[in-house]
Amino acid sequence: MTVESFQNRFGLRAVCMPSPDKRVSGAYVGDLLSWVMGRAEAENVWITIMSNANIIAVATLADVSCVLLAEGVSLDADTVALAAEKGVNILSTELPAYEIAGRIYGNV
Amino acid sequence: MSERLNFRFEVAGDDFTSAGQASVQVKKILRQLGMETDFIKRVSIAMYEGEINMVIHAGGGVAEVNVCEDHVEIILEDHGPGIADIEKAMQAGYSTAPDSVRSLGFGAGMGLPNMKKNSDSMDISSVVGEGTRIVMRVNI
Repeated sequence: MTVESFQNRFGLRAVCMPSPDKRVSGAYVGDLLSWVMGRAEAENVWITIMSNANIIAVATLADVSCVLLAEGVSLDADTVALAAEKGVNILSTELPAYEIAGRIYGNV
Repeated sequence: MSERLNFRFEVAGDDFTSAGQASVQVKKILRQLGMETDFIKRVSIAMYEGEINMVIHAGGGVAEVNVCEDHVEIILEDHGPGIADIEKAMQAGYSTAPDSVRSLGFGAGMGLPNMKKNSDSMDISSVVGEGTRIVMRVNI
């Protein structure tokens, strides 16, 4: 599944999608950046409520397919611009991390 | 040993918005060199954690990366406060990061353990009040 089809299938908002064709495989939930760096796998959807600019570097280094902001968390314009520049896909949902993780579990 | 590529990065202190830039750069270089994904990830994690540590604790520093035939060497050097108890600092979950940094998602006490886990060797030399030098080697 691509990030774009993942976004459509689960009714997620695309905050920034510079690389819609990236493959999605599994997901990781976490807000502590070191844990995400160490544990998230390539092509995972990274579900988080962290919204500062550092998530862009972590997403790039961890090779996740996209960052999925839960709980309706939003990014400031500079961070969105940075994500676009670095090719990092950012999606968002109003759902809490637990609920969105439950919905996508076993389906990506 | 055949040709060696050297890269040197200045890591700015207290600049959390651009923290990680050197690591992202190194990742890009290794990818261009056609290195394997898992190897690139190990180097990226080890270097990012080191870079973040220098930003949080040492007011920045210098990161040097040497790409050799069979390994990549990462040398991180700063003139920060030094590490008083290295053994304790190596414990997962132990952190001296301030709350302001924790609210950004750092300070989980996983930096040094992640660096050790993702490198094949790691040497720390540190003098309190003078600074810290860490040499990591990741075998290809």
